[in-house]
Amino acid sequence: MKKPWGLAVYSGLALVFLMIPIVYTIIFSFNDSIRSNTVWEGFTVRHWTNACARADVCEALGNSIFIGVVSTLVATILGSAIAIGLVRYRFRARAAINLALFLPMATPEVVLGAGLAAFFFNLGFPSGMLTTILAHVMFCLSFVVVTVKARVQTLDPALEEAGRDLYANPNQVFWKITFPLLLPGIISAALLSFALSFDDFIITYFNSGSVSTFPKMIYVAASRGVPAEANVIASSVFLFAIMIVLVVQITGSIRRKRLSKMA
Amino acid sequence: MAFAAFGSAPANANTGQNLRSGKIVLALLLPGLLYLAIFFMTPLVSLVITSLESPDPSGMIGSYQYGFEIQNYIGVLTDYMPQILRSFLYAIVATLLALLISYPLAYFIGVKIRRYPMIQRLAVTLVIAPFFISFLLRTIAWKQLLADGTPLMQWLHDIGLLAPSQYFIGTPAAVIFGLTYNFIPFMTLPLYTTLERFDVRLLEAGSDLYASPSKVFRKITLPISMPGIISGTLLTFIPIAGDYVNASRDFLGSSKTSMIGNMVEADFLQNLRYPAASALSVLLMAVILVLVTFYVKKSGTEDLL
Amino acid sequence: MAEQQASAGADLELRGIRKEFPGFTAIEELDLTIPAGQFFALLGPSGCGKTTTLRIIAGLDQPTTGKIFLSGKDITDTKPHERKVNTVFQSYALFPHMTVLDNVAFGLKQRKIDEPMKKAQDALNLVELGHLGNRRPQQLSGGQQQRVALARALVNRPSLLLLDEPLGALDLKLRRQMQIELKAIQMEVGLTFLHVTHDQEEAMDMADTVAVMNKGRIEQMGAPEKLYDRPKTVFVSKFLGQSNLFVGDVVEENANSVSIDCKGHKLTVPKARAEKHSGKIAIGVRPEKATFHEDGAPAQSSDLNVVGPGEIIDIRFTGVSNQYLIEIPNLGEVTVFAQNVGKSPVTELGAKVWVSWKVEHAFGLADLPVTEDK
Repeated sequence: MKKPWGLAVYSGLALVFLMIPIVYTIIFSFNDSIRSNTVWEGFTVRHWTNACARADVCEALGNSIFIGVVSTLVATILGSAIAIGLVRYRFRARAAINLALFLPMATPEVVLGAGLAAFFFNLGFPSGMLTTILAHVMFCLSFVVVTVKARVQTLDPALEEAGRDLYANPNQVFWKITFPLLLPGIISAALLSFALSFDDFIITYFNSGSVSTFPKMIYVAASRGVPAEANVIASSVFLFAIMIVLVVQITGSIRRKRLSKMA
Repeated sequence: MAFAAFGSAPANANTGQNLRSGKIVLALLLPGLLYLAIFFMTPLVSLVITSLESPDPSGMIGSYQYGFEIQNYIGVLTDYMPQILRSFLYAIVATLLALLISYPLAYFIGVKIRRYPMIQRLAVTLVIAPFFISFLLRTIAWKQLLADGTPLMQWLHDIGLLAPSQYFIGTPAAVIFGLTYNFIPFMTLPLYTTLERFDVRLLEAGSDLYASPSKVFRKITLPISMPGIISGTLLTFIPIAGDYVNASRDFLGSSKTSMIGNMVEADFLQNLRYPAASALSVLLMAVILVLVTFYVKKSGTEDLL
Repeated sequence: MAEQQASAGADLELRGIRKEFPGFTAIEELDLTIPAGQFFALLGPSGCGKTTTLRIIAGLDQPTTGKIFLSGKDITDTKPHERKVNTVFQSYALFPHMTVLDNVAFGLKQRKIDEPMKKAQDALNLVELGHLGNRRPQQLSGGQQQRVALARALVNRPSLLLLDEPLGALDLKLRRQMQIELKAIQMEVGLTFLHVTHDQEEAMDMADTVAVMNKGRIEQMGAPEKLYDRPKTVFVSKFLGQSNLFVGDVVEENANSVSIDCKGHKLTVPKARAEKHSGKIAIGVRPEKATFHEDGAPAQSSDLNVVGPGEIIDIRFTGVSNQYLIEIPNLGEVTVFAQNVGKSPVTELGAKVWVSWKVEHAFGLADLPVTEDK
């Protein structure tokens, strides 16, 4: 109250602090470096025009995208179903199920990674692409449930009842009313799931065998210096994601404004 | 009437409707829960089994047979005590730092700029922005920014904040710095979510009744934001305690900053000492379970998700 | 599913309906018949079971026991989407992801009726919202949303239309306007309407028949003016308007009337207007049927009940009438409404008055007030 600007200045600085490594990473994607991208050597767009100059970087990226898409698809379907079941029906095992869904989120990644690795190892199951995807679905699942559940909770049950009242059978009610209304929640859950899978390193490191992913490639390269191509890819992913978020927010706030004007 | 409105769930155990919706619930929940049972629960059991294994009589490295070697636990507890203590010490300090840094920020975004929804949403976007860029690259960025001989380090030496022989990367301070930085968004978001719903009129009523701003904060703001503080602390502490990237030699740490995660990684992936790595993981999980139990006792299971 | 459109309403019969939820019973025992084409109101406080009744008729809840008949056909086990019954929900429940027109056409499309869009447009025109078909429901005002919900239900030409406090969310002025429109539409389309509400004025204003529900039972049912003139239970006498109640033992009974002694006052009720003729009974009178006298007790007469003297302890001016609260020693408080005709006697607080009312206006109740004598 005494210093109205104190908190604003502090918050601005905190946000700048959060941005520093991001900006650094983007700037160093333009570094005219040959191998190790640690010292500024001069400006170039070389890495941007030919991001696949380093085949290992692009292969890792391809693997990460493939793993992200497949595990997101599976986790979103399984998780959305759980979210709908949890909100819409009352049953005795609720508390136990909530706990079972929370635990994977509360377990340190290193424990999840080592546990799965021990599990696959004990079964004699070779690690690779499949084990990585199985692991990613597992840790994405709970996050999907949380996100979709929030959306299901805001859904007025009277809407589904109105559907039943207006001659739609349970199947039609789900596809014509429930599903379209949940779709925004399901989409954000899928995006979150993809982001988690794409950025996961620890669990992947324990379970991917010889398969390379984008974070794993960076980790392995870290001791010798990460190639600038990695910065290019990370920067493009970042800018793309931020753009989506901003577009969603801006259109959302424009629509809200228009609605409030009309009402 | 309220009961009736939400009583869409069948009430009587013996109606046909109930049987049918029982099948629907099962169809919705079972696949996902089965998945978690196979790929979450079983691996944890697998971890416990492995942690009790004894070396294969053949003496081949990386070969073990089923056993009941409680000794493995005593072994890791004595061998890795420094790393265990260090992990929890780093986690406590970094969590507290993240809370101290995040709370004013979350308060500013959630309460102070509430009247400007556009700016508020932009600020939230900035808080989650680090999620969109690789966690490893961000950590490497800090490593390079704070490495010896960089302008920033030079300046710190010049103004005398660092002694000429002192360096930053590889020290516990650097690891704690990196952990704090990386987990600030995990702390800020839950805090923001609770503070955003916070009714500012309570503050006005509070200053009306208590007068002093610090008392208003302690008696009103803090208790109301408690759920956010608890979940933020949990979301930050757990991953930090298990992290090994920041403390790793190739990132912000050195051999003197190793944490539990580094030991699990080394034993599991390099030394092939599976029982030791598993025993250490089980110990870490046990501590986390104690924390979660405490949390569930305090706030119930509905708020977990 | 019935192919032909129901041109007029159908009659509804509930037989022995009982509904239990875990931990409480929402409906004790309900028997109800609503003749075709009626505007029927189910009136009661929240928690009385009226919404549950509605949900059971719509098929959204199953009764624990009992049967439902629509046009004589047992529909108890029929699914909601197979019943020719439509509902206007309390929250309107308009689908936010569809336009207004798509909302109205939804039921028609589900039943694969010809020209659903044209019929939906006609229905929107009927509620005077034909020009807003392309809007989203969120872009409409509360009153407009309510009319869309009405159109969405009516367009299906249901045998029975259920209205779940559809006017509750509207402000008073809009509510009155919608009440008139709703009644006009009902007359025009000639369907059977079942209207659930807690607003007694709304129920009395619109319905042909009102059933007053309390604690899972129907306490009394009848035409609004009859219910008001002759309530049969304490609950009805208090829920529908206000009542002054007096309790006493029957001391005199003749061919036409029953009299009780209430703390020294002899109060009489016509026998035809009393539910019980012996023992301890409650007699009531509406406040506007009572008058007070400042200049001494009125002359004793066999067709007049008199109590007093008492003291005026509160006067409230509500515009149309003045409401006087009179404290009579031993007897308690009596409320009297006097029309504000501009020349009413200027009466002050503390004035000493007698209260009287005609015997023909008194009514005798079947039960006794619970907390009256403490």
